[in-house]
Amino acid sequence: MRAVCWNGVEDVRVETVPDPKILNAGDLILKITSTAICGSDLHLYDGYIPTMKPGDILGHEFMGEVVEIGSEVKNLSVGDRVVVPFNIACGKCHYCTHDLWSLCDNSNPNAQLAEKMYGYSPAGLFGYSHLLGGYAGGQAEYVRVPYADVGPLKVPSYLEDDQVLFLTDIFPTGYMAAENANIQPGHIVAVWGCGPVGQFAIQSARLLGAERVIAIDRFPERLKLAQMHGAETINYAQINDVVGALKEMTGGRGPDACIDAVGMESHSAGLTGLFDRVKQNLRLETDRPHALREAIQACRKGGTVSIPGVYAWLLDKVPMGTAFAKGLTFRMGQTHVHNYLKPLLQHIENGDIDPTFVISHRLSLNEAPGAYKMFRDKQDDCIKVVLKP
Amino acid sequence: MQQANSEQPQRSTTETLVNVSQNERRLSTLGGALLLLASLQNKRKFRFGIATAGATLLYRGLTGISPIYKLMNKNTAIHSREASISVPHQQGVHVSQSITISCTVEEVYTFWRDFNNLPRFIPQLKTVEVQDNTHSHWKLAGLVGMTIEWDAEIINDEPNSVIGWRSLQNPYVDHAGSVRFKTAPGDQGTEVRVEMEYRPIAGVVGTALAWLAGNAPEEQTYEALQHLKQILEVGEVTTIEGQSSGRAEVKA
Repeated sequence: MRAVCWNGVEDVRVETVPDPKILNAGDLILKITSTAICGSDLHLYDGYIPTMKPGDILGHEFMGEVVEIGSEVKNLSVGDRVVVPFNIACGKCHYCTHDLWSLCDNSNPNAQLAEKMYGYSPAGLFGYSHLLGGYAGGQAEYVRVPYADVGPLKVPSYLEDDQVLFLTDIFPTGYMAAENANIQPGHIVAVWGCGPVGQFAIQSARLLGAERVIAIDRFPERLKLAQMHGAETINYAQINDVVGALKEMTGGRGPDACIDAVGMESHSAGLTGLFDRVKQNLRLETDRPHALREAIQACRKGGTVSIPGVYAWLLDKVPMGTAFAKGLTFRMGQTHVHNYLKPLLQHIENGDIDPTFVISHRLSLNEAPGAYKMFRDKQDDCIKVVLKP
Repeated sequence: MQQANSEQPQRSTTETLVNVSQNERRLSTLGGALLLLASLQNKRKFRFGIATAGATLLYRGLTGISPIYKLMNKNTAIHSREASISVPHQQGVHVSQSITISCTVEEVYTFWRDFNNLPRFIPQLKTVEVQDNTHSHWKLAGLVGMTIEWDAEIINDEPNSVIGWRSLQNPYVDHAGSVRFKTAPGDQGTEVRVEMEYRPIAGVVGTALAWLAGNAPEEQTYEALQHLKQILEVGEVTTIEGQSSGRAEVKA
C-alpha cells in the first residue's frame, strides 16, 4: 500500500510499504477513505518530537471502512464505516474506566521509554513517535487499529467524510479545551492560535456559553475565519503588547480563561522569540512556550489556563510566579477523544456546528509531502488539509 | 547449552557460612592485600601484626566468611527482611518492581500461582512445566539461542498474599523470587510486588549466561509485569511487532 512516511526533519515521502496485518485478536484493519494532516504533525515534520524513526508512517486523523476484524472483535463488522480516535485506549484499565482515555495504562508498548521521560506513560497514539507507542499512522491506504471494540465509532451514512473526519482529533480537542476553560455565563475567553484546534475551541467556547471570545493570531485568513464565527480578533503582528490589548478589551480585568492552542512551536517576533529559537536549536529547551507565557500573563486573577497545544518536554522562562500570585488553574493534556465522539456527533447531526469550515485544501495522498510544507509555511491560506488515498 | 539438573534440594554448606556483604568483601580484599604488601616493606616490630591483620582481611574478603561476625551472630550478607524467600546473600542481581492491576487479589494470585502461565507474560521464559503442587521445571531462552533449564520449588505460598520460589541446586542458576499481592486503596485493584535474585554461581560467565540476553533485569521484570497487567486487564499483550513501516527490514 501507499503510506506517508517520516524520513527525517522536513522529509516526508509517499512510499510503498507492506499492508498492515491483524496482530492481536482485538484489532481491525481499516481501508482509509479520508485522512488529515494535523497541526501537531508539523512538530514531527520540524523534528521537535523525539524518538521518530525513518520509515514511520504518519497520521492520526483518519476514517474509513472496516475490511478485516480480529477474532475477538464484537462491536464491529466488515463494511462498517467508522471514525477512529487519535489516541489508543484499552477500555479496561483504571484510567479508561474513569474516562481518562488518553492516559490509558496499557496501550503504549513502549511505556518504559515514556516513563523515562515523563515518569509514567500516557496512552499510545497513532503515528506519533516511538515514545508514544510507535504505532503506524493513518496517512495511508490501510491502517491497523488495536482495541477495535473500544475506539472506533460507526458514523451515519448520510454524513460526508468531511463532516465527521475531525471527530478523530481537532473537534474534540478544541471542545475539551473549552470545557477545561471552566466557562461560566458572562465569561470572556481568549484563544491563542487560530489554527483548526483554535477555531474549534472558539466555536466550542460559544457553544458552552462564553459571553465573548477573543482570538489571537497573525494570519489574516485565520483571524477572518474566527471573526466569521463570532470572535473578536487581535493580530499580534500589528501590535506590540498582546497582554495590554487584552487588558484594555476586558475592562482591565483580563480574560476569565485563556486557551493556548499553539503549543511548543510558538512564534514570536520579539526578543523572547529569538531566545527560544536559539535555545530550542541548541536543544537547551525542547519547546518554545511564547503563547503560554502570554496566556499566563494575561489571565485574570483566579482564572483558568487551558492548554490543548502540544508540549513535548522542557520549557524555559515560564512565569510560574505569576501563575502562583494570581492563583491560576491549569488544565491540559491529550484529548480524551472517546468521551466526545457521541456528544459531538450529535452536535454535527443537529447542525450546531459544521466542521468542514476549517478545510482549506482537499488533496490526494500522493500530494502529502507538498501539503506538509504548505501547511507548515501557511502558504496559500492553508488552514486544514484533507487527503484522499 | 543444556544443563542437567541434579536433584539436591540442599545448598552446599559453604554458602550458608557466608556472612559478609559483597561491598564489605571487596573492601576487605583490597585492604588485606594492601596491608600484606605493607608488611613486606616494614622492617619494624609491627610487621607480623600487620601481616596477620592483612591475611585475616584477605580471607574475609575472598571467602565472605567472618569468624568475628559469627561470634557476634551478625550477618551482613543477608539483606532481605524476608530471607526465606530470597537468595540468602547480597550477591548477584537483585530486582524489585511493582505494578497495580485492575483485578481482584484473588484473580491475580490465582493466575500467577499457576506457573504454567509464567511464560505468557515473561518473554524470556520458553516454558514452565508444572510437576506437582510445589515443583516445576523452567526453560529460559539464554544468549544466542541457548536454553538454560532448572528445577524450582515453591517455598512459600500464602493464598492471595504471597508466593515465594527458588531454584533447586544447579551449577549455573541460583535464582529465587517472591511476589506479593495487596489490595490497592481506592478500588484500584491489586498492587503486585516482585522481588527476584539471581546469583552468579559460575562467576561472571554464569551470570552473563543466566542473565538472559544481556538486557537490564529491572526493565525486563517491569516489562513482564506490564504484560501480566495487559493479559489480566485486556486479555492480550499490547504490541506493534509485525506492523507496517517504510523501513527496509520490514519490507523484506
